Amino acid sequence: MNEASEIQTRQDPEIDFRQLDDIIEGQFGNDKENLIMILQAIQKQYNYLPKPALTYLAAKIKVPVSKIYGVATFYATFSLEPRGRNIVSICLGTACHVRGGDRVRERICETLNITDGQTTPDGRFTLETVRCIGCCSLGPVVKINDDMYGRIGSDEVEKVLNQYE
Amino acid sequence: MKIESIQDLEKIKQQYSSGLYNPGVVKVNVGMASCGIAAGAQAAYDKAAAAFEGDKDVLICQTGCIGFCEAEPLVEIFADGKPRVMYKNITEDRILDAIEDYRNGVSRKKWILGQLRDPRCLLEDDVDNPVDKVEPYEDIPFLEEVPFYKNQVKVALRNCGYIDPDCIEQYIARKGYFAFLDALKNKEPGQIIDIVKASGLRGRGGGGFPTGIKWATCAKHEGERYIICNADEGDPGAYMDRSILEGDPHSVLEGMLIAAFAIGSRQGFIYVRNEYPLAVKRLMTAIKQAESCGLLGDDIAGTGFSFNIKISTGAGAFVCGESTALMASLEGQVGRPRAKYVHTVEKGFRNSPSNLNNVETYANVPPILLKGADWYSGLGTEHSKGTKVFSLVGKVKNTGLVEVPMGISLKEIVFSIGGGVPKKKKFKAVQTGGPSGGCIPEKYMDLPVDYQRLAEVGSIMGSGGMIVMDQDTCMVDVARYFLDFLKEESCGQCNPCREGIKQMLDILTRICQGEGQEGDIELLEELGSMVQKFSLCGLGTSAPNPVLTTILYFRQEYESHIRDKKCPAGVCKKLFHYEIDSEACTGCHVCARKCPQEAISGEKKKPHVIDQEKCIKCGICYDACKFNAIAIR
Repeated sequence: MNEASEIQTRQDPEIDFRQLDDIIEGQFGNDKENLIMILQAIQKQYNYLPKPALTYLAAKIKVPVSKIYGVATFYATFSLEPRGRNIVSICLGTACHVRGGDRVRERICETLNITDGQTTPDGRFTLETVRCIGCCSLGPVVKINDDMYGRIGSDEVEKVLNQYE
Repeated sequence: MKIESIQDLEKIKQQYSSGLYNPGVVKVNVGMASCGIAAGAQAAYDKAAAAFEGDKDVLICQTGCIGFCEAEPLVEIFADGKPRVMYKNITEDRILDAIEDYRNGVSRKKWILGQLRDPRCLLEDDVDNPVDKVEPYEDIPFLEEVPFYKNQVKVALRNCGYIDPDCIEQYIARKGYFAFLDALKNKEPGQIIDIVKASGLRGRGGGGFPTGIKWATCAKHEGERYIICNADEGDPGAYMDRSILEGDPHSVLEGMLIAAFAIGSRQGFIYVRNEYPLAVKRLMTAIKQAESCGLLGDDIAGTGFSFNIKISTGAGAFVCGESTALMASLEGQVGRPRAKYVHTVEKGFRNSPSNLNNVETYANVPPILLKGADWYSGLGTEHSKGTKVFSLVGKVKNTGLVEVPMGISLKEIVFSIGGGVPKKKKFKAVQTGGPSGGCIPEKYMDLPVDYQRLAEVGSIMGSGGMIVMDQDTCMVDVARYFLDFLKEESCGQCNPCREGIKQMLDILTRICQGEGQEGDIELLEELGSMVQKFSLCGLGTSAPNPVLTTILYFRQEYESHIRDKKCPAGVCKKLFHYEIDSEACTGCHVCARKCPQEAISGEKKKPHVIDQEKCIKCGICYDACKFNAIAIR
C-alpha cells in the first residue's frame, strides 16, 4: 500500500510519449503478452517505472493499470521508485552465502548507511540483493551496474564503492 | 547462405573444421562466459586483440565456458603441429606473455593447466584427431588426466569452450544441425519420439520426468502445439544452463527444432532469465544466424516444416521455473502456478498443448539422435541414463562446471574432481537441488548420483547445483537461508506455502538468535510435513526439504543452538564470539590491521587480544589469520 500512495505523491519525470510508442508499439507491437518485456524496456529507459508511463501503457495495450501494477510488484526486477545512479547488486545465492556474502552485505549497508532496496539520499547508490547471478565459482559476488566483482572480501567494499560517482 | 541438405552441412563442416583444429596460425581461445568475463577475460581478450590486430600469425578468438571456473580466465592456445595448451588464470597482464610463451616452446609451467590429447567432440567420429601425431610436451599433464577433467564425459557441454558461440559454422563443423536435418528428411516424428524414449533421457531441470513420454503425450493432444525452453535458471548455486546458452546456444535451438518436428509445433519460446544478459545476447545472435541459414523459419530445407523461436525474458521470480507459472509469465501475467489437474502437455501456454523442457535436456537431444539411443542409455544407471552437468561450488577447491555420467558417487565429484575442501577445513555436507533439495552428510557420500537414490536420502537431483559446505557453515543458518529465500519467492496464493514457510522461518530465525525453545525442532518437523503435503505447486511441496534434511542429519547443531545457545560453526552472531588463541597467535598483526573496528590490540610478535565490546563479529580477522589463531567460542 505504501508504494501505491507514494506513486501518487511523487513527482514524476517528463515522459516522452513518442519514445514510449517506440517501445510499446515499435518494438513490441502493442502485444499484451509482451508486458513483462515492455516493462523491462521502460525501466531501462527511466531507471524505474514512472506512473504516467504505466497508465499510458495500460491504455495502449488495453490492460487495466491494476493488472500492470500487479505484474510490476510481483517480479523482483521492477522498481516503482526512482533508483540511484549506481545499482549495487549483492548476490546472496547459496554459494555466495556460504562464502560470506552476508558479511559483505553488512559492510556495504554500514558503508552506505542504507539497507536492501534503499537509495542513498544523494542518489548515488541503490542497494539491491539478488539471488544468484550465476557466477557461483567467484563467490561472494557483487555487481555494480554492469561490472562484476568476484571473490570480494568485506574489507575491500569501501575501495570498490569509491570508484563510482 | 541457405542450408537445404546434409550435403550443405557437410560442405560447411569441411570448410570450418580447419579453423577449429588446424588454423594455420596461432589461435588463442579466450573463455568468455559471464564468469570468465567477471574474472577478467574481457580485459585479457581486448588487450590481446589490440596487440595482434592485423597480425596474420595470431588469431584471438572467444569461446564459451571451459568449465574449470576456479582457474578463470582460461585461455587455450594452439597451432598446427603443436600440442594444444590450456593456460590458467590468464588475466590482462599475463595474456601477451602467455601467447609469447606458447610461441617460444612453453616454459611457464606454472601457468599451464594441461595439454589436450583430443579436442574433437564426441559426435565427430569421422574426423581425424588433429593432435594425434603431435609429439606432446614433457612435464605437462594431459588435460584429460587432470583430476578435475578426468572423470568427466561431455555430452551437453560438448562444444562449450571449443567453439565460438557466435559462429553457427563452427557449431556445424562439430556436426551441429546434422541430427535435425537427418530427422527432418529421413525420420518420422514417431520414430524420433521412440528414440528419445529408448534413450532414457529424463528432464534435467529437476523433476526428472522421462522426456520421450512427455513428447509423446504432447503430440497426442490436438491444437496449436508449443515448444518451450525453460531457461529460467533460478536455483541459487546452479549455472549450467547459463553456460550452455552462453557457450553453445545452437545446441539448444537444435534440440528445440527436433522436439518441434517430433511433436508437430510451429512456434517455440525460450524463457530466459533477465539476470543473464550475455545468454540473451548470444541466443539472439544464434536465432538470427539459424534464420538466415534457413534452419529456422518457414519451409525449412524445402520440407514444408516451419518453426520459429521467440525469446522472452523473465523478471526475477524463482517460482517462474515451475511450468504453469512460467507459461502464465510468458502470457504477460503474474507468474502464479495453477493446480495441474490438466497437464500442460494438454493445456498449457495459451491453453494449448505445450511441451516444456529445460536447456540441458534440449542440448542432450542432438547427440542422442546422432549416436543412437543405445549409446546414450549405455551411460548412467538403471533408472538414470546419460550424463548430468553439476555446478560444483561453495567450499571446494576446484569450483566449476562438471559433466559426469549418472551413477558416479558424490565422493568422486566432491573429492576427486572437486579436490575436497580448501584450507584444511573439515567437510560437513553437500547441498543438492537448490532450495528444493537437501543437505547430504558425509556418511552418504558413497551414494551414486541418480534420481531415485538422491530422493531416498531426502534430497533431489534438481537442476544440478552442488554446494559444498565445511565446518564454518552453520546448518541451522543454511536452513534459515533457504526458507528466507523461499518466503520471498513464494507467490502467495496458497496458504500452506505462504503461511507455513513464514512460520518455519520465524522459528528458525529465533533459533539463530539464541531464542530457540524446547519443542521447536518438533514443531518445525510438523509444520514441514504440513507444507510438504498441502502446497499447490512444487515450490511449496519441496520447500521444507532443506529444513527436514538438516534436522535429520544435523540435529545436534539445532540442539546446541537451542539448549546451549551456541553456534558451533561461528555463523549465528549472537551465539558465539571470537577469541585469539594465545598459543597459536604469532603476533603478526595482520588481523589488527584489517579490523575495521580497531578492536584487536597487542604488541608485535606477542599474542593479541580482541576487545569484545568493540568486536562486531564481521569475521575479517578469522579469514585473515594464517595460523588458525582466531577461535570461535
